[in-house]
Amino acid sequence: MSTQQRRLVVVGNGMVGQRLVEAVRQRDPQRRWRITVLGEEPRPAYDRVALTSYLTGATEAELGLVPDGCYDGDSSLVVGEAVTGIDRSARLVTTTAGRVVPYDALVLATGSKPFVPPVPGADLDGCFVYRTIDDLDAIRERAASVTSGVVVGGGLLGLEAANALLALGLSTGVVEFAPRLMPAQVDQGGGEVLRRKVEALGLTARLDTATERIAVAGSGLRLSFADGSALDTGMVVFSAGIRPRDELARSAGLAVGERGGIVVDEACRTSDPAIWAIGECALAGGRVYGLVAPGYDMAEVVADRLLGGDAAFAEADTSTKLKLLGVDVASFGDAHATTPDALEVVYADPVGGVYKKLVVTDDASTLLGGVLVGDASAYAALRTMVGRPLADTPEQLLLAGPSTSDLGDDAQVCSCQNVSAGAVRAAIHDEGCADVAAVKACTRAGTVCGSCVPLLKTLLTQSGVEADPALCEHFSMGRAELFDIVRVTGLRTFSEIIARHGSGRGCDICKPVVASILASLGSGHVLDGEQAALQDTNDHFLANIQRNGTYSVVPRVPGGELTAEGLIAIGEVARDFGLYSKITGGQRIDLLGARVEQLPAIWKRLVDAGFESGHAYGKALRTVKSCVGSTWCRYGVQDSTSLAIMLELRYRGLRAPHKIKAGVSGCARECAEARSKDVGIIASENGWNLYVGGNGGFRPRHAELFASDLSDAQLVALVDRFLMFYVRTADRLQRTAAWIEALTEEHGDGLAYLHRVLVEDELGLCADLEAAMDRHAGSYTDEWAAVLDDEEKLGRFVSFVNAPDAPDPSIRFETERGQIRPVVAGPTLEVVRR
Amino acid sequence: MTVLDVRTWTVVCRFDLLLPERGVAALVGDSQVAIFRGFAGEVYALGNRDPFSDAYVLSRGIVGSRGTVPTVASPMHKQVFSLVTGECLDEPGIAVPVYDVRVRDGDVEVAGP
Ligand SMILES: Cc1cc2nc3c(=O)[nH]c(=O)nc-3n(C[C@H](O)[C@H](O)[C@H](O)COP(=O)(O)OP(=O)(O)OC[C@H]3O[C@@H](n4cnc5c(N)ncnc54)[C@H](O)[C@@H]3O)c2cc1C
Ligand code: SF4
Ligand code: FES
Repeated sequence: MSTQQRRLVVVGNGMVGQRLVEAVRQRDPQRRWRITVLGEEPRPAYDRVALTSYLTGATEAELGLVPDGCYDGDSSLVVGEAVTGIDRSARLVTTTAGRVVPYDALVLATGSKPFVPPVPGADLDGCFVYRTIDDLDAIRERAASVTSGVVVGGGLLGLEAANALLALGLSTGVVEFAPRLMPAQVDQGGGEVLRRKVEALGLTARLDTATERIAVAGSGLRLSFADGSALDTGMVVFSAGIRPRDELARSAGLAVGERGGIVVDEACRTSDPAIWAIGECALAGGRVYGLVAPGYDMAEVVADRLLGGDAAFAEADTSTKLKLLGVDVASFGDAHATTPDALEVVYADPVGGVYKKLVVTDDASTLLGGVLVGDASAYAALRTMVGRPLADTPEQLLLAGPSTSDLGDDAQVCSCQNVSAGAVRAAIHDEGCADVAAVKACTRAGTVCGSCVPLLKTLLTQSGVEADPALCEHFSMGRAELFDIVRVTGLRTFSEIIARHGSGRGCDICKPVVASILASLGSGHVLDGEQAALQDTNDHFLANIQRNGTYSVVPRVPGGELTAEGLIAIGEVARDFGLYSKITGGQRIDLLGARVEQLPAIWKRLVDAGFESGHAYGKALRTVKSCVGSTWCRYGVQDSTSLAIMLELRYRGLRAPHKIKAGVSGCARECAEARSKDVGIIASENGWNLYVGGNGGFRPRHAELFASDLSDAQLVALVDRFLMFYVRTADRLQRTAAWIEALTEEHGDGLAYLHRVLVEDELGLCADLEAAMDRHAGSYTDEWAAVLDDEEKLGRFVSFVNAPDAPDPSIRFETERGQIRPVVAGPTLEVVRR
Repeated sequence: MTVLDVRTWTVVCRFDLLLPERGVAALVGDSQVAIFRGFAGEVYALGNRDPFSDAYVLSRGIVGSRGTVPTVASPMHKQVFSLVTGECLDEPGIAVPVYDVRVRDGDVEVAGP
């Protein structure tokens, strides 16, 4: 069989080259092609569109695009080896490692390289480009030792890069040659609104400015401009456009365009019929596309042709949306109104920071394109309407937003993956996809830039398969709705709540949810009255149940700071009660092996020594971990320990949909691992950078940057709002990361939505959220101290009602490494059949 | 005809001590029994041992209902048991023992094993 196989060689394992391999494999079950991919970068293909997230949290593995099992016996991937020459007559390519690979078909997917303007000094140390993971590693390293940066180029990528420098804690400027930012996408009116938005993020923009020279100045660099002025900075990132990587094609004598790009026909074939070119290196229909979607289309065309099809590449959609926190910018279709007689309908609200323009045909019957700045929520829907007759007037579309009910089956919902509304509907009806994740997996829609996810959600809802929000059989609504009901009605007992808004007598799902809601609303001690019966065993005994029915005890150690006396007191308790002790990841001490009836005596000792409940048993704030910060550490720039203690004392006892962890690091070295927390805070030269939505566990996540350079007061206000909004609106057992993901499904970009609600106060909630947190902090009392003062509650901490001090005879320990460990009985499952 | 109840009944505690929709554990002879008070004042008794984890913890689970069946959920891994029949509603074929229980003169009594 292998003698029949033909050899396909792909040069470049970028986004498009990788897509080609998958597309061929999908169409070629008989394995007619044997594939060899040669990639110059030292790693398999990764998601370059999401590259910036590598600086703000994503790991290399998370960005990876190569599915497991993609390369097997019939296809192989070589990384870290560039192709240096093509011998067209012998049909061979040669690599940097001297490898010679024969081909029957050769596909060039070499992408493009950043254009660095030919100014003197552009190659100095401290000058970078922004294209690969290696580039970002170099940028990150430099950023650790400087305090400011400049991005040359104010286009889509330049702004993204500038925001990344800001996230790295640098004060950042953008220098743009044109009189406005994003000149290729927005017009002058939109550019003005955009500039204000960008400056509100903390970036400074210099427009109409030509950089003439870069020179070393002290330990940094100095940019000199055409108007005679200059700017000193720690580093420079060039983002002044891209150039197709056509050097290999050139030296092989293939036709290339005057301004670069490998010339291809509608089949994506070059001037040599055995060689194809796809992605950003190709010049198709006289254009080089700098977006991934047209590249994916080309990959599909070539895959089809290699297997005997006749697919053709047509002119592609170049709609784009800026991926910048808090700044919504999108342009689509004929944004610059170049169609003859096109009309522009503009809505501008400079005060509110919104600029929207639609371009329509002269009779206003058909949408041609548009620009959205400040509010791009309608982008995904509007984009699908380009070229179609309009149901509403353009004015209505601008003010009320588009309606999606009449999306035709052929309307393109996801332009990155070229998926139509019909394909999404088919996935829902025929493949049984019931949520966004399933639709993504089935159709690939929504997996690149993500801007179409709200539309996917709409299509799901319209198909009537939207997931049932019911909490359990007793409540037909989700947690957030129940929270609002309880908050607004003022009902404070489970019996009243379930009688009016549910059915039955509740269960292990809804009872703890109601208990948590009541606790978040400040309804007294968690074991008061009827509340006691709602609590999970952990909350009922204010300790964590272990596998043998014993409990663990964790006193609070705010910020992980512990005196010698405190340490000794804990040690004495552990010794006197024979407990197993272990240091936790949250910088405190876990004492295990306590029996129910021992808990009060243990806590009496701890409370007398000045300790209080650590809420390790609750869906509540756990710890605020910290490093020693500027007080001790020679690298520290802020006092991370004091901040951590202040925050832990403010939020202790806060009951939430799930546990909440926080961390504070005293400098960018991040020793406290704050980015693996729900709330992570990292010191910058000018204050604190706040990250949200991280977690460890089963699916580790890095927290993402939410706001930078905050003062203590600004930070506390923002964390107040974030946590209280989470407490009110998240689903049961939903950590902050999953909550933000759910917000993304609902509102497009969850983090941007949170920014609008919690920073710009779009819903007018901020004052209320802060006040609610003030009430929480003001009414905090130690749960354990309160139990010790309450005979009736203390009476529940017994092993047996009729033998209160008799230890449970089934609990037994043996010794290991000088401490106790539970004896686990033999066969554990006893089956009683009736 | 009169049927004599020859079982021994052990008084375990006062009824007032039981919280509505919560359980306690009691020692009846050598057996650990989980005793629950329902919402309307009814009393149930099951073996305290959770067959899934082998820990004696069922008395510490959350009491509720599934359909019309009163239930307790194991605090360990949340399997739900009928308070009436002891059957596990999540895993057919598995059950815990059920004890006869009554309230006399304000005392909760469990029938001896
Ligand atoms: C920061 C950033 C943000 C972006 N955001 C968006 C966005 O929001 N939307 C969008 O549509 N697009 C976006 N893009 C553009 C998008 O990433 C590209 O369009 C896409 O990656 C093009 O894929 P490609 O395979 O053609 O090129 P690449 O992904 O660049 O892959 C080409 C690969 O070929 C390798 N190569 C080159 N020459 C050789 C050789 N001689 N031998 C072996 N290997 C070679 C290169 O090292 C590279 O790995 C963004 C790009 C960047 C940098
Ligand atoms: S993060 Fe690490 S290096 Fe930075 S201040 Fe804290 S301990 Fe020092
Ligand atoms: S439009 Fe980009 S992922 Fe769908």
